[in-house]
Amino acid sequence: MTYTIKKGDTLWALAEKYLGSGFAWPAIMASTNQKNIEDTTFAYIANADVIHPGWKLLIPSKEDAEEFLATFDMGKPELLFGKRAKGQVVIGSWWTAGGEAEGLKGLFDIYKKKYPDVEIVNATVAGGAGSVFKGVLKTRLIGGNPPDTFQLHAGLEVEGYSPEKYLKPLDDLYASEGWEKVFPADLVALLKSYKAHYWGVPVNIHRSNVLWYNKALFEKAGVTPPTNFDEFFAVCEALKAKGIVPYVLANNQGWEAPHAFESVLAGTCGAEKYGGLWTGAVPWTDPCVAAALENLKRMVSYANTDYPALTWDAGAGYIVDGKGAMFIMGDWANGYFMAKGFTGYGWASPPGTKGIFIVLSDSFAMPAEAPNPDNAAAWLKVCGSKEGQMAFNPKKGSICARTDCDPTPFNDYLKSAMADWAKDAIVPSVVHGAAAYEAWATDYKNVVSLFLTTGDVAATQTALQAACVDAGICK
Amino acid sequence: MRRLDWERIASVVLIAPSAIAIAIFVYGFIGFTGFVSLSNWRQLLPDFTLVGLRNYQRLFANPRFQIDLRNTVVFTVLFLGACLVIGFLLAVLLDRGIKGEGIFRSIYLFPYAISFIVTGVVWRWLLNPGTAEAGSVGINLLFEKFGLGFLKWGWYTDPTVLYIHPESGVGQLLQRVGLGALAYSNFGMSVAIISLVIAATWQMSGYTMVLYLAGLRSIPEELREAARVDGASEVQILRHVVLPLLQPITLSAVIILGHISLKIYDLVVAMTGSGPGFATDVPAYFMWETTFQANRFNQGASIATVLLLMVAVLVVPYLVYSIRTEAKI
Repeated sequence: MTYTIKKGDTLWALAEKYLGSGFAWPAIMASTNQKNIEDTTFAYIANADVIHPGWKLLIPSKEDAEEFLATFDMGKPELLFGKRAKGQVVIGSWWTAGGEAEGLKGLFDIYKKKYPDVEIVNATVAGGAGSVFKGVLKTRLIGGNPPDTFQLHAGLEVEGYSPEKYLKPLDDLYASEGWEKVFPADLVALLKSYKAHYWGVPVNIHRSNVLWYNKALFEKAGVTPPTNFDEFFAVCEALKAKGIVPYVLANNQGWEAPHAFESVLAGTCGAEKYGGLWTGAVPWTDPCVAAALENLKRMVSYANTDYPALTWDAGAGYIVDGKGAMFIMGDWANGYFMAKGFTGYGWASPPGTKGIFIVLSDSFAMPAEAPNPDNAAAWLKVCGSKEGQMAFNPKKGSICARTDCDPTPFNDYLKSAMADWAKDAIVPSVVHGAAAYEAWATDYKNVVSLFLTTGDVAATQTALQAACVDAGICK
Repeated sequence: MRRLDWERIASVVLIAPSAIAIAIFVYGFIGFTGFVSLSNWRQLLPDFTLVGLRNYQRLFANPRFQIDLRNTVVFTVLFLGACLVIGFLLAVLLDRGIKGEGIFRSIYLFPYAISFIVTGVVWRWLLNPGTAEAGSVGINLLFEKFGLGFLKWGWYTDPTVLYIHPESGVGQLLQRVGLGALAYSNFGMSVAIISLVIAATWQMSGYTMVLYLAGLRSIPEELREAARVDGASEVQILRHVVLPLLQPITLSAVIILGHISLKIYDLVVAMTGSGPGFATDVPAYFMWETTFQANRFNQGASIATVLLLMVAVLVVPYLVYSIRTEAKI
């Protein structure tokens, strides 16, 4: 029970009153100090003879006090000051730059405050969408030398890590932290999509389908954000007439253009058919896939020609520098714009995707052979906590996976995303690991990348269907 | 007799550790890779069910791998040719005994001391074409400033593939003689690869120069003198005396540069990635992606095996040749 000290109280007297004997006072001191590690509203008692009115104490139950006193020994006074976690926690992620690294640091700060004696080892490996990190991680997992916890896209990506063998299911942690109630139902379904177990704790929600545009260039050409493909191509013509690159395409790492195609696919086929393509309910031979490819082909004709040289951030840089007008990228671009101090951008849903939220979520997982499982579990608790998510997301430029976050510290874009998250149709992203197994997602990326130069709609549609068959989803 | 036995035992004992290490860590792992390439290991958890040559069938049917093979051949031919010609010319010029030879030699050799990653990043920036609307950057900007704007092009971002069109004259001729398959874009040359060749040549031609310079210096002056006495011009000496004597050097250079170019990976990663339509993709890059992103360890191992065979085709005849020559001595 919690007790607030009144004038005239002593630990001896309190122990006598609540635990039956004044000799039980060390139990009150130890339990209060232990609680103080997690929750600093409780007092920290450095000296049993010096306590002050107003301090909050945690008085244990009689059984707990007896259990403690049985092991307590005046020769080991450190037991009075609570057990603090020690050692290391090795945290693997691909967050090395800009808002991502700042958000990660926000999580580290909270962790350090709670567990000051645990050394955080920040095992990051740079490379967009984790392409390089994943290779390093897999080598470590197979080699029996995994980090304590690592970044993982929520959804079917986990299949690539053979979780039955290499990862720890987190069902118990979800139950003890009550996360099923604070995460939205669509997200819970996604988190449990592989073998009906939880494999990761989500820290954020990103939206894959956002059309970013440079406001000044839109004003110059006198256009407004398009809502469907006809309008989109009309806007492209108007921008082109002013000598502006209408649409910015990037594909240096081979995922940026397939990422944009996700939005085109959802915008052309609609939420239901798009979702069906990944579950096998809709075959890739459907005419809407061909229509989506035609749309992409036309978009490429309005795009910058140096797209193979551009990574996603270089593409976003074209919007900042006014070198191009529109760019389809996930909402981490918002964090990039903020880090650059750029405010002249606007956002809209890519053509046809109003009311559709293509979701991806970064989560943290725990390897079965994590060397410091207790510290890793403590990290996962920080990731799933309201405090952790509030510290992480405004900086990373994403919204909370939890539904009880306070929108105040978030910027205007994120507030709008929070509103959409609550009401839109939710479908999973493929490039970012939610919708499909990694092997299939990789095939999809290769096929779309090749399409950018061949422009062969029929062959590409056949190849997309073949990839689905190869993944064992389509017949 | 006893002493000889002791020496024998000692030599076996001394060689054993490295022999065992090589047997396990080189040949053992090559064997394991070959085994994996016949297995069904398609997720992180190993699955060693044997599936025969299915992985190879699928690999050669994969359009990306077909493009990769084309790129490897084109890159190797261009890179070898450029390195040998430039290296040889530099060596001949330095061999003239110019002032400050040491400085020039260091300058030309210096790029060789840099890692391919650094070279790749630098040349990615230099050859970044920029856009027509926002202006050129890098070397294109340099061309523009010097009034050579017509030389500007897309470098490694240009998706063009040059190939014999089936309906062209040559294409129809090929079809008539039954080689119509050659008139196909996968037997073409993607122009983007020229950028890679430039960067790789910049790095390796200095090394080739040093090889040739050593070769030139080892040719006895008497031979040239004798040719001159016989009335040969300097060009004739180069053609009929120097070049034949440099043949072993050329062979070594081809072997060294050839295996670098077949295995090239780091330069591609740092500089261009897969390129437009996989124009600058190479088998090693595909191997990494398919293994560590798509978890197709079996397919990755088959690519590794194909790479090994390609290098072996180049290196084994050379080994046989050099062992035979040594035996003669």
